[in-house]
Amino acid sequence: MKLTLANIDGYRQELVTQRKELQSIMVCCGTGCRARNGLGVAEAMGEALEAAGLGDEVKVELTSTGCHGWCEQGPIVTIEPDGVFYTNVKPEHAGEIVAGFQSGHPVQKLLYRDLTTRERKVTYHEVPFYSHQTRWAMRNVGRISPTEIDHYIARDGYKALAKVLAGMSPAEVVDEVAKAGLRGRGGGGFDAGRKWRSAARASGSPKYIICNGDEGDPGAFMDRSIMEADPHGVLEGMIIGAYAIGATQGYIYVRQEYPLAVKHLEQAMADAREMGLLGEQILGSDFSFEIKIARGGGAFVCGESSALMRSIEGKVGEPRAKYVHAADKGLFDRPTVLNNVETFICVPLILDKGAEHFAATGTAGSKGTKAFSVVGKVNCNGLIEVPMGTTLRELIFDVAGGVPKGRTFKAVQTGGPSGGCLPESQLDLAVDFDTLADAGSMMGSGGLIVMDDRNCLVDVARYFVKFLVDESCGKCVPCREGLKQMLAILSRITQGEGRTEDLVAIDKLCDVLKDGSLCALGKSAANPVLSTLKYFRSEYEEHIRDGFCRAGVCGKLCSYHINEKCTGCAVCAKVCPVTCISGEKKELHVIDQGPCIQCGSCFDACRFDAIEIRSAP
Amino acid sequence: MPSTDFAELLEKHPPVEESLIEILHDVQLAHRYLPRPALVAVAAHCAVPLARVMSVATFYKAFSLEPKGEKVLKVCMGTACHVKGASQLLDEAERLLGCKCGETTADGRYTLEEVNCVGACAMAPLVIEDEQYHGKFKPVDMKLLLKAGE
Repeated sequence: MKLTLANIDGYRQELVTQRKELQSIMVCCGTGCRARNGLGVAEAMGEALEAAGLGDEVKVELTSTGCHGWCEQGPIVTIEPDGVFYTNVKPEHAGEIVAGFQSGHPVQKLLYRDLTTRERKVTYHEVPFYSHQTRWAMRNVGRISPTEIDHYIARDGYKALAKVLAGMSPAEVVDEVAKAGLRGRGGGGFDAGRKWRSAARASGSPKYIICNGDEGDPGAFMDRSIMEADPHGVLEGMIIGAYAIGATQGYIYVRQEYPLAVKHLEQAMADAREMGLLGEQILGSDFSFEIKIARGGGAFVCGESSALMRSIEGKVGEPRAKYVHAADKGLFDRPTVLNNVETFICVPLILDKGAEHFAATGTAGSKGTKAFSVVGKVNCNGLIEVPMGTTLRELIFDVAGGVPKGRTFKAVQTGGPSGGCLPESQLDLAVDFDTLADAGSMMGSGGLIVMDDRNCLVDVARYFVKFLVDESCGKCVPCREGLKQMLAILSRITQGEGRTEDLVAIDKLCDVLKDGSLCALGKSAANPVLSTLKYFRSEYEEHIRDGFCRAGVCGKLCSYHINEKCTGCAVCAKVCPVTCISGEKKELHVIDQGPCIQCGSCFDACRFDAIEIRSAP
Repeated sequence: MPSTDFAELLEKHPPVEESLIEILHDVQLAHRYLPRPALVAVAAHCAVPLARVMSVATFYKAFSLEPKGEKVLKVCMGTACHVKGASQLLDEAERLLGCKCGETTADGRYTLEEVNCVGACAMAPLVIEDEQYHGKFKPVDMKLLLKAGE
């Protein structure tokens, strides 16, 4: 069926009425849940439903959703409209879930257990991880099947597009986005309205619109979740953007590491075309627009806008100087607007609910909400969307449940390889585009990697420099050669061969990197190093002066020992990959220092605090 | 391998430079590496010099000029995986397979690679064997995984 401006509202009304009577059992089949046999759960649920032989009086539908963003609790099964929320579901639980569904008594053992009260929570509305969130960009994530266009339409999907095509001029759309104060969610934080306005005014033709789905920042996965779970939301945002700037062709550039996102986007595009929402004469209007998917080649630098455009052109992804504006000369040297996934998915919301609604949330300079990927040493690893201006402390401790296993918080890394590490003293900073930059880090695309006292900050700085050495495109010398030198120095320090003058040399190199690189990758490459030097200098000094890594990470600078607290439970011996721990049952165990590889598995497994980290023998 | 073998793959893409990366993806998928005759055929199809094709093929990590092992074992090196001990996993994989990261075992069964984040950070640290993701992986699990693959 082709939808038009005249019939889309009626069609949606019909869907809403139909779906009102429906109970949906939704199994998460995102990348994370798949890894934990989500597909097996979905299949078992289907069989269990059939076996239960529910009569005609209960209308029930079994669907699979995209990634909820809380993969560590997966596979996740939710039952809508009530929101019953099951975690860690296995195929063998399917029968119980269906029985619980019929009787109205949820399966207790599969309900989420609160971290502090230990109470079972029946619905996700009661789970702190969700109840603290304001999911705008992720409004449909986990709530619909990404491969059913009707699910999206029923939840006000393509309503904003219809509104725009029915009664707004392109300039009015640009004004609305500008009024909302939407800034690019990919990291740069550039004013989207301003970007759109310049491209709309530019004279070249054709014009292009690009969605950046090359989420390269390690530790961030909100764009993957959104593309997998709500592909139509991304398409709708792009179509509205295309109308606003007068583009006829769009591209979605997706990382090759995200195959499921590509699959869901392709299906969404086919369905949208079939229903007249994409392609020629969208919704019966005289506006036409097509989208192609371009798969990335596994190069981090292609997340940079000008490098990404070269990549779509089939070339090597090298960035271009910024005085050439993409709004005038972007893809194929034509006027181009590039925004990332999370930015585009905010667009339908702004047009549907109005700019004022969007701008009422957030801080003075950063409007709306932001999705964060809070991962690492926290109790609840996952995607958390909150209003801009929420503090790091609220994010890490209130929503994500704090640091597990009674360990101490040490640092949070924000902004990926362009950002920095912030210590406990900076946790009350409000997270938005500007505040974190003042503290020597940046919000970036929203990755927040939490570290505890078992993480070595010199090692983390080395990690990022190694990452950037691998990913530097090689165009600018300071980035290509300077980072290599930096890596050599940091490696030296982590291997116990650090020299006092090394810290001075690092400082100098950082200055050259900032001044001498063309793109943000090189310019900001010094941030992870500078921020750790600023806040964790004593750790560098301890490595150099005492040859000791107290976190137990730098293998040559530490050794593991068992103290008298050992109960002889032998858990450490079981997890040791080189079987160098021995001892009689219920007696003190011993680590043989010869074959020990300092992996720390024993330390992390011990429940009696019986493993100690000492300096290397 | 004569270049005509790639005709079917090439046909799906318009003969322009823009198709280059998409075609190389298809070749990589079909052959698990980029055989030289394919590169020659792609250059002719897209009407670009072979040197240009080579530069693209060597720039992007997704492409390989060497045949890969029967299975590809990837250790995720994203930040979340790193702070949860990914380098220990890589060390353990190197130790057990007897080859360095980026290399293929002598018997051709495994290619060991690192990947800079697969976006499944909530399950860190991760090891990916072909398309199968293994989350919350511990060094001691590596032996079992490799044994299961035998």
